[in-house]
Amino acid sequence: MSDKAETYRITQAPFYQQQSNEVALYEAAYNAKLPVMVKGPTGCGKSRFVEYMAFKLGKPLITVACNEDMTASDLVGRYLLEANGTRWLDGPLATAARIGAICYLDEIVEARQDTTVVIHPLTDHRRQLPLDKKGELIQAHPDFQLVISYNPGYQSLMKDLKQSTKQRFVGFDFDYPAADLEASIIATETGVNLADAVRLVKVGTAARALKGHGLDEGISTRLLVYAATLIKAEVDPLDACRMALVRPITDDADIRATLDHAIDAVFGDA
Amino acid sequence: MAHPSDPEQLQAWRAQLACAFASIDGIFADCMADASVKLSAQGLEDFLEQARFLGKMGRGAEPVLIFLQEWPTIATLVGEDTLDAVMVAIKRINKSPNSKAIVPLLQSLAAVSRRLPTPAQLQHYLDLSLQLMDRTSTSIHGIHKSYPSPSLATFFETAPRLLDVLSLQGLANWVTYGMRNYAHHPEQQREFFSLQGADSRAVLQRERHGTLLMDQTRALDLTLRALWQMSDVLVPYATTFDVQRVPMPYFDADGMRLPDVYDARAGVSGLDRYRAALAHMAAHRRWSTPIFADNFSPAQRLAIECFEDARVESLALRQYPGLRRIFAALHPDPKEGACNPATHSCLRHRLAMLSRALLVPPTRFDRPQLQEWVQRFQALLAQSVSSTAEMASLALSYLGKTRLQSDQLPDTWFADTEVDYRDDNRHLWRFHERPDDDESDAPAQPPPEQEIPKLPPRHYPEWDYTSQTLRPDWVSLYERLHPSGNAGDVDALLAKHAALSKRLKRLLDLLKPQDKVRLRFQEDGSELDLDVAIRALIDLKSGNRPDVRVNMSHTTDGRSIATTLLLDLSESLNEKARGAQQTVLQLSQEAVSLLAWAVQQLGDPLAIAGFHSNTRHDVRYLHLKGFNEPWNDTVKARLAAMQAAYSTRMGAALRHAAHSLVSQAADKKLLLVLTDGQPADIDVKDEQLLIEDAKEAVKELDHQGIFSYCINLDASADAYVSTIFGQRYTVIDNIARLPEQLPRLFMALTR
Repeated sequence: MSDKAETYRITQAPFYQQQSNEVALYEAAYNAKLPVMVKGPTGCGKSRFVEYMAFKLGKPLITVACNEDMTASDLVGRYLLEANGTRWLDGPLATAARIGAICYLDEIVEARQDTTVVIHPLTDHRRQLPLDKKGELIQAHPDFQLVISYNPGYQSLMKDLKQSTKQRFVGFDFDYPAADLEASIIATETGVNLADAVRLVKVGTAARALKGHGLDEGISTRLLVYAATLIKAEVDPLDACRMALVRPITDDADIRATLDHAIDAVFGDA
Repeated sequence: MAHPSDPEQLQAWRAQLACAFASIDGIFADCMADASVKLSAQGLEDFLEQARFLGKMGRGAEPVLIFLQEWPTIATLVGEDTLDAVMVAIKRINKSPNSKAIVPLLQSLAAVSRRLPTPAQLQHYLDLSLQLMDRTSTSIHGIHKSYPSPSLATFFETAPRLLDVLSLQGLANWVTYGMRNYAHHPEQQREFFSLQGADSRAVLQRERHGTLLMDQTRALDLTLRALWQMSDVLVPYATTFDVQRVPMPYFDADGMRLPDVYDARAGVSGLDRYRAALAHMAAHRRWSTPIFADNFSPAQRLAIECFEDARVESLALRQYPGLRRIFAALHPDPKEGACNPATHSCLRHRLAMLSRALLVPPTRFDRPQLQEWVQRFQALLAQSVSSTAEMASLALSYLGKTRLQSDQLPDTWFADTEVDYRDDNRHLWRFHERPDDDESDAPAQPPPEQEIPKLPPRHYPEWDYTSQTLRPDWVSLYERLHPSGNAGDVDALLAKHAALSKRLKRLLDLLKPQDKVRLRFQEDGSELDLDVAIRALIDLKSGNRPDVRVNMSHTTDGRSIATTLLLDLSESLNEKARGAQQTVLQLSQEAVSLLAWAVQQLGDPLAIAGFHSNTRHDVRYLHLKGFNEPWNDTVKARLAAMQAAYSTRMGAALRHAAHSLVSQAADKKLLLVLTDGQPADIDVKDEQLLIEDAKEAVKELDHQGIFSYCINLDASADAYVSTIFGQRYTVIDNIARLPEQLPRLFMALTR
């Protein structure tokens, strides 16, 4: 069992820049074994935060990217067909409960609502996972914790969590970091010089102001990091920005022209 | 060479002119002095020769007077050789009944040739003028043109203004449009060529060069939001029609005002010029605070504005250094010493030089004084964002130190001092004392509470197939509510067709919704659902009870079709239908009632409207049922009162129907047109015109994703209806069966 835990353990320290007191709060939640919900726009550092906390606490981390076709058995486990019979295979949730890992369900709203109900018994005082097909009841390991993330930005009527699911978690609200903090994050993450990082953040701020006016989401910190990586690799900043920041997020000619202008305005003299 | 100040030579020239008008004597010496400098010897000879002809022409002294004064200038612009071309044109005008137009032609020629500086272009312009003359001079009994063109003189007067904004090709298009559409209407022709008519201006806007604000509003809105996190209304002001004073950009509580068009200038595109103006205004919004103006003289205010403009721009550049390229290209670069302090007030020139140096600090200063001020300015801004008040005190000490006696001179030097992307800084000033004529304190007049009987007109273009152009804003369409009648009549009609509605009901039940949906976990279905089947097999093998619902099938769910039914309500509907006792109108009424009932059963959004027209100035669009109105007594009452009158101008009605249909949130949009004849109107003589226009409208609808379909009751309609609608039409020969046919057709189309 301990081998399995090792494969999920994070060996290298991920870089994470604290925005306020979220690290301490998370630690408190973990010590109380409270399930945690992390909300925020895409690419603002939700997954990185969970990864960092798992490393800091020294616990294995099992990540599941949720999707619409995911069924309860994809989470819990299923029997597999073999030449001479069947074999039970634990799903990620069952594995995490057994080995005492942090189970991270990324973009939980993408999964269908009836699927997510299987996490309920793990998230209240019971802390158990019934495997009805196998007829087993897993009592969760004391180190086990459940973390979910979702992006409230593209909520549609159909994609929301049930109240009964929501009310089992303590929540963290994430947003893009403040400008100077974001610049230092970009600089540290990629090694680009701080002046360029500050410029990149200005472009990001410009695009974020367009959210809801033709853009569904502003430019994420992740994209800014990509752009910085390209700049670091000696790509011309104007090209790097167009390629990493503008082309991916919009097909709208007006918005593209506006963002291109913003890039020219910010990087014009560089 | 002969010297113009030589009295004998002057006498000789005067004799050569051989013209006795006394008014020439006063200006002759000056004109000849000018001419002998600008013209060659041969040119001078020709000049006198042609002036002599103009004098002898018998049209008074004015032509020769203007010619003597204007020609030398024109010759330097386009060359002496063009004299022949000009004289040919003048002679032709002189022979026509339009000789009054010679004076405006000569008067405007200098201004025109400034815009068209090559002989070929000028020749083109003269040809265009002659063509206009030929086309608009009218004759009563043929053979000879006997009435002068009502618009030729007006055209010459407007030409310089037109050429300011139009290319020669644009001018030709504009003139051709006027000739074609107003050839038979002298009053409107005059209005068009003097730029007073609405469509005269509309065509001008269409033909002009440059970047139009209206085309770029969204891009600029986005720029303002993205770079400055502001949003404001962008209001265009006209630049073409305001010749007296050129307005500047400005902003106030009601929005940001920008010129309606910017040409590319100094390597900066029109769009970037708009962005520069926006950036400057946004910077003012962010960093300027208004100060009291009462204690400053105009010169002091000018200086304060100069420093303040420079301050907000440097702050903007701190954030967006790339803007410097645009600002620097647009900012004038006045040359040291261009303004002579002995004759002119050089204050503006000095400030413009300072402003340039503040924006783009030169590497080497010619004058230490300038350098000192730039350094003081930079020192103030080095630590903080400074403030408007600090700029004011810096500006006052600048004025005190650099004042010249000649600043008081009445002649101000303006060249190279206008920074056209900057606003007029009206937001910067507050006044303790209100000017006497300011009435803004008076409570705003409450708007007159008068009920508007109909909606204001909407204007739609019309396609002119002869020239392959759209006539902008050609048709005025009035939308109004159809008057109401007795709803019971429609119920009676429906009752009469009870048997038919029963049959339709059966058909309606068969109509399947449109979207495909997967139904899983079916015991019987069209395909095997692999995932579920494997799961069942595993259950079987592992000793559990397998799920037998391993099939899936597809079904359709949801209909998303919005329909507009457009009824032709022209006079011809009042005729008795062939082989029936009822009029076409009554049959249509029955058909529409049945259709509306049927669509109501399906739950699709349906709008019904009728239209007829009485010339292009009055196309009436009668609202019978809106998309959100249920099929109730109000709607029935309107249907019951349906009346037929006037003619059929279909294109505008199609465009208007599309206008509301396109905003419906449905996957499919269907426009059904029920008509009994071809498009026609009493102000259109060419039968083909409105047919082609309707065809063009259908094409436009296609682009907007609207499927149009025509139901025609005219047995001989095939010829034109296929021109307009292509394959998408049905001709109903037996009109008596229309009530049955229409709903069936609808269902067939939307199945």
